[in-house]
Amino acid sequence: MEVTYLTAINQALHEEMRRDENVFVMGEDVAELGGAFKVTDGLLAAFGDDRVIDTPISEALIVGAGIGAAILGMRPVVEMQFGDFISCAFDQIVNSAATLRYRHGGRAACPLVVRAPSGGGIHGALFHSQNTEAWFTRVPGLKVVTPATAYDAKGLLKAAIRDNNPVIYFEHKRLYRSIKEDLPDGEFVVPIGVAEVRQTGRDLSIITYGGTVHQSLDAARIVEKEDGLSVEVVDLRSLLPLDRDAILATARKTGKVLVVHEDRLTGGFGGEIAAIVAEHAFESLDAPVRRLAAADTHTPFSTPLEEFVLPNSNKIVEAIRSLAAY
Amino acid sequence: MAESESAAATLSPEASARMEFELHLYYQMKLIRAFEERVSRLHRQNKILGGVYSGAGQEAIVTGICSPLREGDFVAPLHRDLGVFLMMGVDAGRLMAQLMGKESGLSRGKDSFLHGGDLEHGIFGSTSMLGSSLPIAVGAALKFQIKREKQVAVAFFGEGASSRGDVHEAMNFAGVRKLPVIFVCENNRFAYSTPLEKQMAIEDVASRAEGYGFKGHVVSGNDLLAVVQLSERIVAKTREGGGPALIECKTYRFRGHSEHDPALYRDKEELVEWESRDPIPGYEFYLEKRGHDVRHLREQIDERTRKVVQEAVDFAENDRLPEAREALEDLYAPPGVPGSNNSNNGKS
Repeated sequence: MEVTYLTAINQALHEEMRRDENVFVMGEDVAELGGAFKVTDGLLAAFGDDRVIDTPISEALIVGAGIGAAILGMRPVVEMQFGDFISCAFDQIVNSAATLRYRHGGRAACPLVVRAPSGGGIHGALFHSQNTEAWFTRVPGLKVVTPATAYDAKGLLKAAIRDNNPVIYFEHKRLYRSIKEDLPDGEFVVPIGVAEVRQTGRDLSIITYGGTVHQSLDAARIVEKEDGLSVEVVDLRSLLPLDRDAILATARKTGKVLVVHEDRLTGGFGGEIAAIVAEHAFESLDAPVRRLAAADTHTPFSTPLEEFVLPNSNKIVEAIRSLAAY
Repeated sequence: MAESESAAATLSPEASARMEFELHLYYQMKLIRAFEERVSRLHRQNKILGGVYSGAGQEAIVTGICSPLREGDFVAPLHRDLGVFLMMGVDAGRLMAQLMGKESGLSRGKDSFLHGGDLEHGIFGSTSMLGSSLPIAVGAALKFQIKREKQVAVAFFGEGASSRGDVHEAMNFAGVRKLPVIFVCENNRFAYSTPLEKQMAIEDVASRAEGYGFKGHVVSGNDLLAVVQLSERIVAKTREGGGPALIECKTYRFRGHSEHDPALYRDKEELVEWESRDPIPGYEFYLEKRGHDVRHLREQIDERTRKVVQEAVDFAENDRLPEAREALEDLYAPPGVPGSNNSNNGKS
């Protein structure tokens, strides 16, 4: 059956709540309303208000209470209504959750999922457009996933719910209703920490994740048609743990690497990818590693401003051409 | 106990059990004091690295609050609540090993002092972000409510932490869901060096409870009997579905914020006044009124606590330090049912 990215997330929640009675959902407007984006639609009717819980506007409480329940064997899936609001729960995530097992000498677990609807390109402006994954990818004890397809959105959420560690699940708002896929009828899970080669190629590699995967694929199709370039597109899917083997394999194969993400350039996760390639695949490179990311500013509201700041397929096409010509 | 035989001779079985309980509380309070005094000494001898935060003067609070708790309850102590660990049955040797950064410590050398929790005894290891454990205790209470379990969660915090947003968010949600959680404020009048009047414009933290839809209670935190009586009543009520409560224990920090702090910012007169309200002699006076030979009792208990503390120190000093590479362990829980393999080192 063909489903949207949003429906895929909703299906994963339904299926996991049916499978395991310890799974419950908590957040702002997730129950009666079914979520600001309708991601949790239908859960209240199916599972009742013990397991689908509307909360006050209290992000630190939402994550903190999730941690408390998780410690005692529950599997909470908590929602930040917009990923931007995760900053209000930052301490609970990076200090309470991420260090929990460590400071309990390995004698505790925190099976918590924090869903963060993220990303720009929807005129959301400064506080409804952010990509905050790089705040978390440097925190040991956390896992970070960034699905780009409906299949991964479903499979990675199921994996995150079953994982015994805190997982930050970045879902891209622009993808909610803009992509549709045929999903298998049966049960499937996407393992955390495994990248996927979306398209094989010979001339150069794009390493990307989340909101820029489809833009990269569009760009690859354009340069194949117009320039005869063969571009490999690697979708990381998980950022922590990171599939370093997939990064190095594609870098060694094509010798030219373009890293693309929607988060801004400086301090973005692309710097880590570039460093890994430079440290471990230097001898295979035919060109410097290039990065294409959001401009080092905030994500503005007005159309020309937002388009100027965020990556898109045209900008990726230009970057591919420039790198190919090096 | 031999010392109580004469006092117990004419008592009913219930009254006799109560007397044993009251003597046990005395032992617990004395053990906490003895343990902490030894810790302060070890710190001066450089045998305990890092910060040491004494709860001296506040022993009646942890002893009294924890006394009606049962297996399966959840406690989030604050950084000064070493007594919670002893009250909940954590082995004194492992606790001392924790303070010395040894392998048998609760966090296996990973974190200092009281951040190492012990979930087998229902103790959450709080972080240094004071007040952040209140949302977590609320989450534990939420689990008890969802699963219809007759358990309670208890979160200790200082009046200092009561200024943090986490505390407001936690209490508000607990009130909305009528969760089985008890918030215990140890109001010792100082947040490090900052006195009460610079922290809040009201006298009682407990008065805030009304704003969250539940009751706030004020009790003298230096009066063990008063704390026990209130705690027994509130814990029983909350356990039976009565919803959250806030207990504010008025007390005073006998020592500095930590052992390196001489606390010169305090008024000497105030300290003397509060030292005269030391919970231990106060409780001894009660036991005396109950017919115990307190001098004899004190000698016996001192002997017992000395032995327990010495054994703990011996155990911890002989315990090995962790291997350097263990710094990379215990980060991630492996797949499977959490807690089913507690000895796992977290290599995943």
